[in-house]
Amino acid sequence: MGTGTGKTVLKVEKVVKKFGGLRALDDLNLTIEEGTVHAIIGPNGAGKSTMLNVCIGQLTPDEGTVTFDGNIITGKLPHEINQAGVSRVFQTPAIFEDLSILQNVMIPAIAHRDGHYKFNPLQMLSKQTDIEGRAMEILEKLALVDMKDKHAGSMSRGNKRRLELAMCLVQEPKLLLLDEPTAGMARHDTNRTIDILKQIKETGMTKVIIEHDMHVVFSVADRISVLARGHIIAEGTPDEIKGNPVVQEAYLGSDAV
Amino acid sequence: MKKFLSNQWLIMLVFSAVVLTMPIWLAPIGAGYPDLLQKFAIFGILAIGYNILFGLTGYLSFGHAAFLGVGSYAAVWSFKLLTMNVLPAIIFAMIIAGVFAALIGFISLRRSGIYFSILTLAFAQMSYNLAYSVLTPITNGETGLQLEKADPRIIDGMFFEPAQGLPLTNFFSLSLSGYEGFYFCAAFLILGFFISLRIFRSPFGLKLRAIKSNQTRMQYTGFSTKPYLLSAFIISGMYAGLAGGLMSATDPLAGAERMQWTASGEIVLMTILGGVGTLIGPLLGVGIIKYFENIFSAINESVLYQYSAFMPEGLQEVMVTITKPFVGSGWHLTLGLMFMIVVIFLPGGVMEGFSRIAGLFSRKDKNAEGDH
Repeated sequence: MGTGTGKTVLKVEKVVKKFGGLRALDDLNLTIEEGTVHAIIGPNGAGKSTMLNVCIGQLTPDEGTVTFDGNIITGKLPHEINQAGVSRVFQTPAIFEDLSILQNVMIPAIAHRDGHYKFNPLQMLSKQTDIEGRAMEILEKLALVDMKDKHAGSMSRGNKRRLELAMCLVQEPKLLLLDEPTAGMARHDTNRTIDILKQIKETGMTKVIIEHDMHVVFSVADRISVLARGHIIAEGTPDEIKGNPVVQEAYLGSDAV
Repeated sequence: MKKFLSNQWLIMLVFSAVVLTMPIWLAPIGAGYPDLLQKFAIFGILAIGYNILFGLTGYLSFGHAAFLGVGSYAAVWSFKLLTMNVLPAIIFAMIIAGVFAALIGFISLRRSGIYFSILTLAFAQMSYNLAYSVLTPITNGETGLQLEKADPRIIDGMFFEPAQGLPLTNFFSLSLSGYEGFYFCAAFLILGFFISLRIFRSPFGLKLRAIKSNQTRMQYTGFSTKPYLLSAFIISGMYAGLAGGLMSATDPLAGAERMQWTASGEIVLMTILGGVGTLIGPLLGVGIIKYFENIFSAINESVLYQYSAFMPEGLQEVMVTITKPFVGSGWHLTLGLMFMIVVIFLPGGVMEGFSRIAGLFSRKDKNAEGDH
């Protein structure tokens, strides 16, 4: 393995997040290397989604810092973190249901080009050929181009997830966070997603992926961190994790894999 | 049809033709007189602007009458202090309404949904009450702001000898009463429609629609949503200011009742009745409501007897008794029923009705093609 560059892109240091008496994240430390696919696994309630929420500015940690690309991003607003280069695929697809599929992808492409605010009420959308071109390119890649004029809300759940992935990819983020990208998918859809993830792996984009499906994890991940009760209990290559008795006990169970 | 809709110049050509010929084609249904035509144009501008906020972003403002009122007062003050020319008055009205909208929007947009609506409603009612009482030096309270012979009119004073009696509003040397007034307003309606068309089809408009669809996603897509909402709010406030300015231009008198919540509600009603978020819908809503307001409210008992003169006497009596509550001062009852029917059966307004009819025809066409 080791497609990484050795440079740290995301660093989570001593992060604590409390919900009432519950310490959802308890002294969490995590380092993500640039260019790798880093999987986070762990039992339900281990704090995986909370960790992503802290990374994208949805939640502010009670203690500790998150550093992205050399800058501290704790306390920054979601759109600032996105503009810095972090995109996220949510667990339940977050798309623009009332707009067409093409428009859904054009919007993040516009965000990538124009920044967080641009007032251009008299420009024609139909003349933004660069944006449409970018969007079409990604739709082609994810095999969504045939339905580009359909309402996004009318799609199947699997397609919605693929659309959301397209929306993130069109922004060419430095870091892509994926929250269970195959949850609730049929087997063939899962395999298709694995193919896509492998494809985009070649572009050198750093990815953090939360996943329950071990088949997905071991097919795409370069490194795996195991999260339990709010902190990392083990970290290593897929082979190291498979053989780690602590992990087997905490999460995989004795007969897994 | 699709090709036609994608060509903005063609749309503008047809739209302008329809608007400018209104005095002709509205005459047979008794709506071709200048006073009502002016109302169509002025409220049309108001609804187009309101639709940019409500139609695109989904933020339901219940306080747009405040901007209408502020625009009216600003224009009358321009008549009193500067000149009877309407151009500065209208510019002044739009600027003041824009600044006012920026203030109210900045605060109201801290909340969304029903809380936003309530905040705008509260601001508009505050403005109404202030105009009615505390701000009497500026608004002339209950009486309303009017022109007076003793007004300074600095710019006019430099060029003209003061005329006998109250001066009239003018656009350079053109007077603005009657049909001239309508065409003057219609020009602004056409310009306003064009700008709204461009906004609907711009990246900015797409982003506003995306905010309506999923605001959280917009934030995680790298957009700071509040400035977008505020921009839309100010733009629609300026449209309302323009409408208010034109009201004063055609009739230089501004009263506080223009800011009352019923006036705000009327704007919402017109937009929903016609079709929220469509380009033409709000204009249809304006047409329907203003037509009914002026025509139905003019029908009285004796007119009803005339209409039903062909019936036998007993039946005529019954018909008039039944229909009487729906006309004259009871026309609101008709409006209410109409609104209920539209909202229940056509949630997308009159425009949804049209698109359903169009869908019916295109399906027939497809079937016909299939037969071959």
